[in-house]
Amino acid sequence: MMSRKDWASALLRDPRHYQITVLSSLILIGLFAYSFRLPWWHVVGCVGATVVTQALADRYIAKRPFDPRSPLISALSLTLLLRTGSVSLSILAGVLAVGSKYLLRWRGKHIFNPANFGLVIVSLLFGAAWISPGQWGAAPIFAVLLLGLGGVVTGKAKRWDVSLALLGSYAALLFGRALWLGDPLSIPIHQLQSGALLIFAFFMISDPKTTPDARLGRLLFAAMVAAVGFSIQFGLHNSAGIILALILCAPFVPLIDHFFTGQRYAWPRLFPSRSKGVPHDLTPAE
Amino acid sequence: MTSRLLSSALALGIVAVAGNASAFCGFYVAKADTDLFNQSSKVAMMRDGDRTVITMANDYQGEPEEFAMVIPVPTVITKDQVHISDPALLTHLDAYTAPRLVEYFDDNPCDRRDYMRLESAVGLPAPMAVEDSMQERAKSLGVTIEDEFTVGEYDILILSAEQSDGLQTWLLEEGYKVPKKARKTLGSYIKQDMKFFVAKVNLEARAESGNEYLRPIAVAFESPKFMLPIRLGTVNAKDDQDLFVYMLTRGGQVETTNYRTQKIPTGQEIPPYVKDEFGDFYKAMFHTSAERDGGHGVFMEYAWDMNWCDPCAADPLSNEQLQELGVYWVGQSDGRPKPAIIQRPRPQAKDVFVTRLHVRYDAESFPEDLKFKTTGNRDNFQGRYVLRHAFDGEMQCEAAAEYRENVNERRETEIKTLANLTGWDRKTIRTKVETDTGFFETDSTVPKHRWWSKLWGE
Repeated sequence: MMSRKDWASALLRDPRHYQITVLSSLILIGLFAYSFRLPWWHVVGCVGATVVTQALADRYIAKRPFDPRSPLISALSLTLLLRTGSVSLSILAGVLAVGSKYLLRWRGKHIFNPANFGLVIVSLLFGAAWISPGQWGAAPIFAVLLLGLGGVVTGKAKRWDVSLALLGSYAALLFGRALWLGDPLSIPIHQLQSGALLIFAFFMISDPKTTPDARLGRLLFAAMVAAVGFSIQFGLHNSAGIILALILCAPFVPLIDHFFTGQRYAWPRLFPSRSKGVPHDLTPAE
Repeated sequence: MTSRLLSSALALGIVAVAGNASAFCGFYVAKADTDLFNQSSKVAMMRDGDRTVITMANDYQGEPEEFAMVIPVPTVITKDQVHISDPALLTHLDAYTAPRLVEYFDDNPCDRRDYMRLESAVGLPAPMAVEDSMQERAKSLGVTIEDEFTVGEYDILILSAEQSDGLQTWLLEEGYKVPKKARKTLGSYIKQDMKFFVAKVNLEARAESGNEYLRPIAVAFESPKFMLPIRLGTVNAKDDQDLFVYMLTRGGQVETTNYRTQKIPTGQEIPPYVKDEFGDFYKAMFHTSAERDGGHGVFMEYAWDMNWCDPCAADPLSNEQLQELGVYWVGQSDGRPKPAIIQRPRPQAKDVFVTRLHVRYDAESFPEDLKFKTTGNRDNFQGRYVLRHAFDGEMQCEAAAEYRENVNERRETEIKTLANLTGWDRKTIRTKVETDTGFFETDSTVPKHRWWSKLWGE
C-alpha cells in the first residue's frame, strides 16, 4: 500500500498536474475577472473531444493504456486561446489536436504541438473561430502572476529553457525594432505584456514532447519561432504571429534533433514500482 | 434581460398589434450622444479583407484657415480615393449605435392592464480634422509630394519622406504647427513606410460649397494594416482623449489586438429620475468603468447586425448610407421607403455588422497605435439601461400591499446599482429618488408579507 506521502510526491512529480492546475486557474480568472465569452458546454465539448480521441487512439492505434492527462492539457490550452461561438468547432479543434499526435509523426515523436495544431487549423479554416491576442490586456500584475506560475510549471517540466529563450529572443527583436524606429521603449514593454504571448511561452511551446531533445537545439528552436512570429506579426500584420510561427517551425524539430542529440523526454510515471508492461511513453506510437 | 422584464415586455407586445410601435427590449427613451465627451473624435471604418474606407468626422470649431490635419496612411492615396462625405451620416451612425435608456411600466398588480408610452426624444449630435507646396524645397528636404489635389472644401497633399527632420522642417515652413516632440513619431511612421495625408481648408471652395461646417473626409485604400494611428494626436495632449470608432464589417465584432476590448456595463435597472439626466449618468458611468481599469481602455458600446435594432435609438442605416461609408458590397436599394423600425432580420438582408468602440486614452497608457481584428463573433451587444416605473393608479386588492413592498425593495436595489455604476453618492441619489418617485407608504400595522404567507392559506 502506498502511504499518503507517496501519493503526494507522486502527484507533485509529474509536471502535467501543475499544468492542469494552472491552466484551469487561468480559465477561471479569464471567466470571472476578464469576462471571457466561454460557455461551459464549450469546455465540456473540447475536453470530451480530446479525451475520447486519445482513448480511442490509445486503444486502436497505439495499443497502450489510456492516460487522460495530456489530452486534458491540450483541451485546456485550446479553451484558453481559441474563441468561437460554435461548440462543434471546439470539438473539432480537440479532435484535430489529439489526432495529430497519432497521425503526424516522425521517428517516434509527434511533430506538432497538439493544442497549437488544433488552434491554428480551426482558426484558419473557419471564420467562426478566432484567436483573441488582446483578450488578456496588458495588466502588468497579471503578467507577473503568469510569469510566476509559468516558471513553476515549466521548471518542473525541465523545459523552462525554451520559454525563456523564446521570450528573450522575442524581446530582443521588439526592443531592436523600437530602437530602429526611434520609438519610446514603452512600446516594446507594452507589447511584451501581452497575456497571450506569456501563455504561449509558458504553456504551449514548452511542451517537452514536441520541443527538440537537446538544450542547444531547444534554444535554436525558440529563437527560430520568435523570429518567424515577429516577421508574421510586423511584416504580415497578423496579430497571432507567434502562434502561427510554432506550427510553421515544428516540422524543423526532427532536423534539429538530427544535429543536436539529447535525452528524449519521458513523463514521470505515477507509480514506477507497480507499472508493468510497456512503459507508457516509450511505445513506438508515442 | 430578467424574467420580470420579459413579462412586462410581452404585455407591451399586445400594444404593438394594436398599432403602436413598441420594442421587445423596452421603450427607447434617450441616448447618450458622443458630444457629451469633449475632445472626442469620431471615425467610421469599413473593413473587408484588406479593403478599408476610413471616414473621419470633422468637428473643428475654430477659424477654417487655421485648420490642418496630418494623418499617417499605409499607402499613397490618389484623388479618386478621397471623398467628402455628409456629416449627417456619421451623426446617424452615432445615434444608431448610442448607449440607450429604455423604460417599462408596471401593470396594476390588481390585474388591470394599463400602460403608457413616452415619446422618444432624439437629440442631434454634431460633426473633424487639416494645408501647400514647393516641390523643389520639398525635394531638398527629402520630402516627396506624391500627389496634390482639391476635394470638396479641402486641399490635400500626399507626402512620403525619407527622414523625420526633413518632413518636420517642411511642414513647419509650410505653416503647419507640428509639435517638436512629434519628430520621433514621424520618424517611426516613415520607417514603417507610412505616407502622410495632409489636409487643409481651401477657402474658395468652401465659400462656393456654402457649407457652414467642415464635412467629413473619407479615404479608401487597400492595406493589410488594420489600424488607426493615434500617436501623433497624443504627442502634445495633456488630457485624456475620447475616440469613437464605428466599424462596419462583413464578419462580426471587431476588437483591438494590442489592447483589451471590454464591454461597458449594460442591462442594469436604475432609478427612473435618471431619465432627465441620462447624459450625466452615461458620462459618470463610463468614467467609473474606465477608472476601474486604470482610467483608460477600449470599451465596446454597441455591436449589432445592421439589419435591425431593439430598441432602436435611430433607424438602421440604408444601403445608400452604408455605401457612402464604404460598404461596397451592399447594392443600392430599390428606392422604396423603408419601414421606420425593423424588428427582425429579414431574408436576403444585408450582411453588415457594426461595432462601436469607445477608446479613452492618453500617451502613457496607449503608447502603441490601435490595431484591430475582425472576429467571427456575431453576438449582438448594446449599452442599455432600464427604468421601471411603478404602477401609480389606485390599487384595491390584497396583492397591492405585497406589490408596494416589492417596489420599495426594487428602489433600494436601483439606488445601490446607480451608486455602483456611477460612483455617485448614495445619499444624494436617495434624496433624488425621494423627491422623484418616492417610496410607497407601507402600513406597519399590517403584518409584512413573507414567502410563506400564501403557502397554506388563511
